[in-house]
Amino acid sequence: MISRLGHTPHAPRPRAAAGGTNTAQPKPQPVPPGTGADIFNKTAGRDLLLLGLAAIAGFVVLMAVLAWASEATGGGAAEDALDPATGTITVALSTEPPQLDSTRATDMVSGQVLGHTMEGLLRYDQFNRIVPGVAERWEIGPERAVFHLRPDARWSDGTPVTAHDFAFAWRTALAPATASEYAFILYSIKNAQAANIGDVPLDAVGIQTPDDRTLVIELERPTAYFDKLMAFPTFFPIKQAFYEGTEGRYGADAVELLYNGPFVITRWVHGASLRMERNPHYWDHDRIRINAIDHAYITSDINAVINLYKDGKIAMAGLSAETLEDALDRRWNLHRFIDGSVFYIGLNHRPERPTSNLNLRKAMQLVTDSAELVYKVIKLPGNLPGESLFPVWLKGVSGYFRQEYPAPRPVLDTHRALEHLARAKEELGYDELPPLIFLTGDNPASNKQSEYFQEVYKSRLGLEVKIDRQIFKQRLAKMTAGDYDLVLAGWGPDYADPLTFGDLFASWNQNNRGRYANPVLDEWVAVAQGSLDPVERMEAFDQIQKIIHEDVVILPNYERGSVYVRDPRLKGVVRRAVGTDPDFTNAWIDG
Amino acid sequence: MLRYTLKRLIQGVVTVWFIATATFLAMHSIPGDPLTSDKAVSEEIRKNLEAKYGLDKPLLEQYGIYLTNMLRGDFGISFSQENRSVNDIIREHFPVSATLGILAIAFAGLGGILFGALTALYRNRLPDIVIMFLVILGISVPSFVFAALGQLALVNLNDLFGTSVLPVAGWGGVAHMIAPSLVLGLGTMAFLTRLMRSSMLEIVNSDYVRTANSKGLPPTRIFLKHQLRNAILPVITVLGPSIAAITTGGFVVELVFAIPGLGRYFVEAVQQSDYTVIMGTTVFYGAFLVFMVIVVDLLYGLVDPRVRLE
Repeated sequence: MISRLGHTPHAPRPRAAAGGTNTAQPKPQPVPPGTGADIFNKTAGRDLLLLGLAAIAGFVVLMAVLAWASEATGGGAAEDALDPATGTITVALSTEPPQLDSTRATDMVSGQVLGHTMEGLLRYDQFNRIVPGVAERWEIGPERAVFHLRPDARWSDGTPVTAHDFAFAWRTALAPATASEYAFILYSIKNAQAANIGDVPLDAVGIQTPDDRTLVIELERPTAYFDKLMAFPTFFPIKQAFYEGTEGRYGADAVELLYNGPFVITRWVHGASLRMERNPHYWDHDRIRINAIDHAYITSDINAVINLYKDGKIAMAGLSAETLEDALDRRWNLHRFIDGSVFYIGLNHRPERPTSNLNLRKAMQLVTDSAELVYKVIKLPGNLPGESLFPVWLKGVSGYFRQEYPAPRPVLDTHRALEHLARAKEELGYDELPPLIFLTGDNPASNKQSEYFQEVYKSRLGLEVKIDRQIFKQRLAKMTAGDYDLVLAGWGPDYADPLTFGDLFASWNQNNRGRYANPVLDEWVAVAQGSLDPVERMEAFDQIQKIIHEDVVILPNYERGSVYVRDPRLKGVVRRAVGTDPDFTNAWIDG
Repeated sequence: MLRYTLKRLIQGVVTVWFIATATFLAMHSIPGDPLTSDKAVSEEIRKNLEAKYGLDKPLLEQYGIYLTNMLRGDFGISFSQENRSVNDIIREHFPVSATLGILAIAFAGLGGILFGALTALYRNRLPDIVIMFLVILGISVPSFVFAALGQLALVNLNDLFGTSVLPVAGWGGVAHMIAPSLVLGLGTMAFLTRLMRSSMLEIVNSDYVRTANSKGLPPTRIFLKHQLRNAILPVITVLGPSIAAITTGGFVVELVFAIPGLGRYFVEAVQQSDYTVIMGTTVFYGAFLVFMVIVVDLLYGLVDPRVRLE
């Protein structure tokens, strides 16, 4: 064996094939074969290898040091998806909850976390019925609502939850300085809107607390759905003393929150993990069958989530069109549910836009085939073809609204569409319409859908459509400014009453970004808002449904469904359109 | 030396100021602002929000306030996570990105030098051809592909062994760091390999190597003392910017491997028009990059005595 240290005299061994000369060359490159390159021999190679091994060792040491230093920044996740011994389930969150102050929370993830850690006066049960929460009984009349709080409702510090905690939270949400985006949801309370815009002091808001366990609400107008609002996060209680003690940091960290729900947050590493454990002070803690929910991973990458599920690290994962095939190959049991949102093409009704012309809108309606979109373009199971602004899951008088008041049937007729188009051109004074601006999101799904519609309107009507891709905030800004003709838009419900969709196209609604204005529709919205008679209200919604179809306010696309996989041992998970989703408060581990 | 350092530092400050100004202007010129949200709010609430964040003031005044606060080291409160200050976000998440970045750079630097030397050593022979093929692959394939493939490979690996050999995602221990840092460092490693190879080949033919060789010095000594040290210079030159690029460019890797790094905030802030986080992270990363370049320039003098800085 040749000594590694290379004391043997160096003997150049020119390669047979190379056979270069040994003349000196002034230029460093190219290297003539047989000279420099062979200065290294295998000995040097071996040394290099040794050096490499030393480097790897150094690398490992470095890694260990860094791991030790960064211990506090991680999820500490090594557990399996389900641990029956400790009653822990591990799942992933799509993002960090941006806002856990219930007066200011607006997003789904914060709603999900708050739904597990807080409880309002009322809540939704596993069958989506309104059931008692902190309130044990209540009366809602045309002028006022009275809630009687249960004596055993406790905060996680052991103190009782009182009527003052609700009054404080609601007033805080209405305070102009809070600038809560969801303050509007409290507007059915007397003077709430006036206080929110600063016209009257907060004391004038119709919230009274005659004693610790009674909350009396004066209503601005009769509100048929007031009980359903109580499960919404903006209506959750906040203990004033605690809130003030956090000096403006309420909800910023696990310790800056006081909980009254089934779980408490025990560890929250921003951006990395969020762990909830059972709240021993929760009044109904016997109902809760799992001990901990560990959100050990935070990522919006849907493939990463599926990989974690495959690896047995998380108990639940959503599927996309791309990951669906893999899931089917693996013979996973797929679950699906309607997530409550309705998607549509919003039309710009501002008079200067061509889409303000009813004949143009009718022409587009007659060639828009939502079934084709859902089954041939989106191709993800669970979605329903859109036919109405009101989704199928909304309750009507006694059954489902859409069964009691079916949506006008969509008609496809290119011939009639072309007639409408000809009339539209005449009315607008165009020989050829200018290209319509189609505002869409900047993601694969939006691209697919907008390109499909571009093709549909081009081939069936000869309309030019120009796609304007924008990221979310820019798209909203352009919608608000009216800088579009068509837009891919959607709407999600806040509470389980048709009004959460029904008032969307009222002329006063800020979210009516296409500026549709119709006094008849406004009148029906007023009826639906103020009436306490279920039949009268549902008929009002039916009228709204008809107007939206006949006046082509929007072109419905689909009702969104979600497909997901779940560890078969995990039972009792509730997925829902309105309220906390997913809801693990009724879950248990089987086996 | 001191004068030179000072001069570079002042230049650096001007660069950072320029970055801050350009970002500020670009950010305010795109439609929409951080207060644009899903639910439209009434005029009154919008005014309250604008007043709360100082967005109701003229742009020039906002810029002035912004620069003053920045000089005091205060980047303000995030718009999308209203309870967190940008300083906190940087403090909590930069160490994670830095850890990942240091590992990736260590991996890229060691691998690059090793493989670069190896390919020069076996020039035009099989190891060279194989490694250079991989290098081309490493340079041309984007990191999100490597990240996704790497993660899938881990799933299959764990599946094969029937136990968790390496975690698929997450953060917290040594095991969590291996895969993402390899993926993150791969592109840079490929680049450094190529650089090292050409610089090695350049040096192999130099007079001093020839002299050392004819003196009868052992090849190991020639390699380590005379060649590696000289060949490594260009590698160090690009290492500085690479460190900054890796620590900032980890967005995809952080997302795929569910790592709570700053890269995610950096990118997501732009999507959410989160003004304060955009400014904070951009200025921070800009300053970091400028600093790394200065450090490398100073290091140069230490590694190569021929380079004397004035």
